[in-house]
Amino acid sequence: MHSIHLTIVLAPLAAAIIAGLFGRQIGRAGAHWITILGVGASFVLSVMVLKHLYWDGGAAENYGLYVWAVSDGLRMEVGFLIDRLTALMMVVVTFVSLMVHIYTVGYMKDDPGYQRFFSYISLFTFSMLMLVMSNNFLQLFFGWEAVGLVSYLLIGFWYTKESAIFANLKAFLVNRVGDFGFILGIAGVVMFTNSLDYATVFASADLIASQNIVVFSGTPWNAMSVICILLFIGAMGKSAQAPLHVWLPDSMEGPTPISALIHAATMVTAGIFMVARMSPLFELSETALAVVIVIGAFTAFFMGLLGIVQNDIKRVVAYSTLSQLGYMTVALGASAYSAAIFHLMTHAFFKALLFLAVGSVIIALHHEQDIRKMGGLRKYLPITYWTALIGSVALIGFPGTAGFFSKDALIEAVRYSHWLGQGPVYWIAYLSVLLGVFVTALYTFRMFFLVFHGKERMDDDVKSHLHETSWVITGPLILLAIPAAIIGWFTIEPVLFGGFFGDAIVVTSAHDVLGRMGEEFHGSWEFLKHSFVTGPAVYLAAAGVFTAWFLYLKRPEIPAKIATRFSSVYTLLERKYYFDDLWIKGFAAGGRRIGQFLWIRGDEQLIDGILVNGTANSVVRLAATLRQLQTGYLYHYAFAMIIALTSFLGWLLWLH
Amino acid sequence: MEFSQHILSTLIWLPIMGGLGVLAFGDGGDPSSARAESMRILTLAISLLTFVVSIYLYIGFDGGTAAMQFVERAAWIEALHVEYYLGIDGISAPLILLTTFITPLVILAGWKSADSRAAQYFAAFLILEGLMLGVFMALDAVLFYVLWEAMLVPMFLIIGIWGGERRVYATLKFFLYTFLGSVLMLVAFIYLYGKTGDFNFFSFQEVSLTLTEQKYLFIAFLLAFAVKVPMWPVHTWLPDAHVEAPTGGSVILAAIMLKMGGYGFVRLSLPMLPDGSEYFSGMMIALSLIAIAYIGLVALMQKDMKKLIAYSSIAHMGFVTLGFFIVWSIGTHSGAVLGITGGLVQMISHGLISGAMFLCVGVLYDRVHSRQIGDYGGVANTMPVFSALMVFFAMANAGLPGTSGFVGEFMVIIASFKANFWFAFVAASTLVLGAAYTLWMVKRVIYGEVANNNVAELEDLNPREFVVLGILAVSVLIVGLWPAPLVDMMSVTVEQLLETISHSKLPVN
Repeated sequence: MHSIHLTIVLAPLAAAIIAGLFGRQIGRAGAHWITILGVGASFVLSVMVLKHLYWDGGAAENYGLYVWAVSDGLRMEVGFLIDRLTALMMVVVTFVSLMVHIYTVGYMKDDPGYQRFFSYISLFTFSMLMLVMSNNFLQLFFGWEAVGLVSYLLIGFWYTKESAIFANLKAFLVNRVGDFGFILGIAGVVMFTNSLDYATVFASADLIASQNIVVFSGTPWNAMSVICILLFIGAMGKSAQAPLHVWLPDSMEGPTPISALIHAATMVTAGIFMVARMSPLFELSETALAVVIVIGAFTAFFMGLLGIVQNDIKRVVAYSTLSQLGYMTVALGASAYSAAIFHLMTHAFFKALLFLAVGSVIIALHHEQDIRKMGGLRKYLPITYWTALIGSVALIGFPGTAGFFSKDALIEAVRYSHWLGQGPVYWIAYLSVLLGVFVTALYTFRMFFLVFHGKERMDDDVKSHLHETSWVITGPLILLAIPAAIIGWFTIEPVLFGGFFGDAIVVTSAHDVLGRMGEEFHGSWEFLKHSFVTGPAVYLAAAGVFTAWFLYLKRPEIPAKIATRFSSVYTLLERKYYFDDLWIKGFAAGGRRIGQFLWIRGDEQLIDGILVNGTANSVVRLAATLRQLQTGYLYHYAFAMIIALTSFLGWLLWLH
Repeated sequence: MEFSQHILSTLIWLPIMGGLGVLAFGDGGDPSSARAESMRILTLAISLLTFVVSIYLYIGFDGGTAAMQFVERAAWIEALHVEYYLGIDGISAPLILLTTFITPLVILAGWKSADSRAAQYFAAFLILEGLMLGVFMALDAVLFYVLWEAMLVPMFLIIGIWGGERRVYATLKFFLYTFLGSVLMLVAFIYLYGKTGDFNFFSFQEVSLTLTEQKYLFIAFLLAFAVKVPMWPVHTWLPDAHVEAPTGGSVILAAIMLKMGGYGFVRLSLPMLPDGSEYFSGMMIALSLIAIAYIGLVALMQKDMKKLIAYSSIAHMGFVTLGFFIVWSIGTHSGAVLGITGGLVQMISHGLISGAMFLCVGVLYDRVHSRQIGDYGGVANTMPVFSALMVFFAMANAGLPGTSGFVGEFMVIIASFKANFWFAFVAASTLVLGAAYTLWMVKRVIYGEVANNNVAELEDLNPREFVVLGILAVSVLIVGLWPAPLVDMMSVTVEQLLETISHSKLPVN
C-alpha cells in the first residue's frame, strides 16, 4: 500500500510542476490533461485505499517516509497515518478536486492564465493530501501553510484586480493570525511530550492533562486546555470561525472553481478535520470544548444571517459556508466528532455542487454575479437548475438528502449533549444550530428562487445569448449531485453509529452523545421518519423554504413591509426587490439599515474594522511612531552611542 | 605536503591569491572590453574552484565528532605564542559552505554591475571571500582578530566605491559601529592572553574566570558581535549600509557578514564565558524579542525595498540570538540543543533567502534604477518569471514551511516555548508580522495593474539572472524539505557546546 499512498500524493504534485514550469511547452490542452490525469489517478487510488480499509478490513497504517531532521531527541518526520478518517478525507478531496479540474476546462477556457490555474489547483490537491495524510504535527503544519499559500495565489489569480490582491493579502494575514496560535499549540505539545508524532502525543495525553502552564504568574492553567485552545485558534483561521472569518467572503474574488474546491469543500474544512484528528486531546479539556462550541454556535447562526442580505451570488454561498462550518464546529465542541466529519463530507459534495452551479450561472450570464440581475434561469439552464436544486435541498437538510442526515444528526447530537449542563453553553449551542436551520433554508431558497425562478431580470442582450453551459461544466455538476442527493442513506449508519472511524476518533464515555443516539438508531428510514416526530429541525427548514417562497415568489411585496415594520428583526429582512428602485429605497430605509448595520457595522467595522483592520492600523501607527526614533543623522547616532555606552559602563560599575 | 592536510588554507588563500591575480590581470580600463570579459570569467572560475574545494571538505567532514577537523597548526609569532591555527567543526562547516556557495552567485549576479574599475570590484569580492572563510576557521585569537578586521576593508571599498549616492555616509557609519565594537574584542583577547599565555581559543575556554571578569569580557564581545548581527539597538547602520551598497555588496553583507556576529557568540561568548552569558541571558533574550517584534513593525512602514529587507534581516537574526540565549531558561526540559541548532539553521537559511531577496531588488534596480516600492506596481504583467521567483522568496522570508525560512524559526519557537510561554508568544508574532511586511511589499510591487511606463517596458529575467535566482530557489527548497543533512552536520558539535557551557568556569576556592 505504501507505494499507492505515495502515488496519491505525488501524482498531483508532478502534474502541478509540469503544468507550472512547462505550461508553454505542453500548451493548454496538455496542462489540463496532465493535471486531470494526475488528480484522477489520486482519486481512483484513494477509493482503493478506502475500500481496503473499510470493506476489506485492512488495518490502519502509520509509518514514516523520511526523517526531516532530528535534534535534541525530537524526531521531525514526514510520514503517513492512513486510517479511515484519512481515507474518507482523501476520497472527498480528490473527488471534488477531480470534478473541479474538469469543470475548470470550461470555466477558464478564455483565460490567459489557463496553465497557471491548473498548476495551482493540482498543487492545492497535493498540499491538502499532505495535510490529511500526515501522521505528525510538523507535516500537518506544512500542509496547513501550503494550502494557505495556494489559496493566496488563487484568490489573487487575477492579479491586476485591486480587490483580488487586497483579498488575498487579507486572507493570508488573517490565516496567519490563526497559525500564530496553532504553532504555539504545537510548541506546547512538544514541550510536554517531546514528540510531534500523533501516536506518541496521544499516548501521553493524560500526562499533558495532568500538568499546568503558567501563562500569567500566579494562575496556573491546565496545560491541555491551553494547548487545545491554541490549536483551535489555528482552526478558527483556516475554517473561518468568528472573529477570524472575515477573509472568507472576500476570498470570493478568486475564480469560482477555487471557491468551490478551496473555500467551500476542502481547505476551509481543514480546521474541522484537525480538531477531529486531535480528539484524544480535546476530549480531555471541557474548557476547550466549551470555547469550541460557543465560537461555532456564534458563527453558525450569525454568519447565516448575513447570507440573507448578500446580493453577490458567490457571497451568499460564502456566508452559507461560514455558517455550515460553524455547524461542524458546534459538533466538534459537543464531542460529536464523527458528526462533524460526516457533515464535512456531505457539505463538501453539496457545497461544491452549489458553487459550481453558481459558476455555471455566472458563465452563462457572462460573469454577472449580482442576483438582482438574474431570475427565471430555470428554462435556460435546465441541468444547472436541477443540480443546483439538489445542492440547495441538501444544504437545507431536506429529508432524504445527504445534508439532511448529517445536519439532523448533528443537531440531535447537540441536543443530547447533556454533559454540557443545562447552562448557557448548552442553550447557545442548541438554539443556534436549530434557528440556523431556518436561516439556512431562508437564504438558500431566497437565492435559489431569485436566480432560477421569478422574473427574468437580465438585460435583453444577455438573455439572447443564454444557453446551457458545455458538458465539461454540467458533467461535474451531475456527478456531484449524485452523492449530494443520496450518500446520506447508506453512510449515516456506519459513519455515526457503526464505529467507522474506529480508533481514529476518541470520545470519552461521558461525552459519547453519538453512542447514546446510536441506541435509538434503527436504520436510515426510521431516522428519517423519526425526524418528523422528534426535532423541530425539519419543520424549521420547511418554514424557511416556505418563508423564502412566500416572501420572494408568492408575496414579493411583503419583505419591504416587514423590513419597515420590524426594522430591528434582522432575520426576516430580505432584499428581494432590489431591481425595483422603490423597493431598494424602502429596504434601505428600514431593512437596509439593520442589514447594513449588522453587515457593515457588525461584520466589517466592528469585527473586520476594529478587531482586524483596527489592529493592523494600530500596528501601522505604532510602527510609524517607532520609526521616528530613527532619524538618519550621523551625529544623532554618534551621540546616542556615546550616551548609551557611558550609561552602560556606569551601570556596570555601579553594580560592583 | 598533501592537499588534504591544507584544505582549509587552500580555501582561504585560493580566493585571496586569485583576487590579487584578477587585480594584476586588470580589465583593460574598459568594463565592456574582451579583456574585462576574460577577467570576469577568471573571477568566476576562481570562485567556482573554491566552491569545488569546499565540496571536498563537505565530503570529508565527519559529523560524528565535535572535535576540530582538517586542523592546520603552525607557529606564527613565537614570542607571543601566536599561531596560525585553523580548524572546523559542525558550527563553522555549514557557514563555510554557505560562503563558498554564495560568492560565485554574487559574482555572476554582478557581471555587469561595476561600470568602472571592474577588476577591482571583482578582486574585492574574491579577497573578501577568502578573509570571511578565514574568520570561520581561525582558532587563534590574533589570527581571528586580524581576519575579522581585514574582512571589513574590502566591504568598505565595495560600498564606498561602487555604492549609491550617500555611500560615504553609509561607509562611515558602518565603520564607526563595527570598528568600535571590534576594538573592545581585541582588548578582551589581550586580557585573556594575560591569563593563559597564548591566544588559543581552547585555552580561553579552559581558563577559569570570576563572574566579574566574565561580565566585562562578555560586554566586550557583545559589542563586537551585537553590531554585526545586528541586534537592537545597535542595528541602524545596517539599513543605511544596505541601501548604499551595490547589489553584490548587500548580498554578501546580509548572507555572510551578518553571520559573523552569531558565529562569534557560539564560538567565543558561550563556551568561553558560560557564567557571564548566563548572567546576561535575560537581557539577550529581551533584545532578541525586541528585534523580532519591534523591527518587524518598523519593516512594515518602509518605502524602500532594500531597507525593508534590511529590517527584515534584523528581525530574522533575532531568532538566532534568541535560540542561543534561551539555553539557561529552559531548565529541566530538553530543548536547549534545539534552540541553538535552530539559531544556526536560521543563519544558513537567512543567508540564502536574504541574499535572494537582495538579488531580486537588484534585478529591478538594474532596470528602473529605483528601490522605492512606490515606483513599481504590476511587475507580474511584464516579468512573470521574475515575479514567480520573487513571490517564492517572499514566502520563504515569511517562513513558509517547505522553505528553509521555516526550519530555524520552527525550532526556535518550539524551544522558546519550553523556556517561557511569552518568549514563544513574541517570537511567533513573526508569523503575522513577517508575512505582513513581505507580502504587502509583494502586493505593491508585483501585483496590480502596470503602474507606469518603466514597469511597462520591463524585460523579464535574462538567462544569467535566472540561473542565479533559480539555484537559490532550489537550495531554499532543499533545505526546507530536507534539513536533516544540515542539522546532522551540526548536532554533535552543538551537544558538545552545550556540555561545555553547562560547566561553570568560576574559580573553585
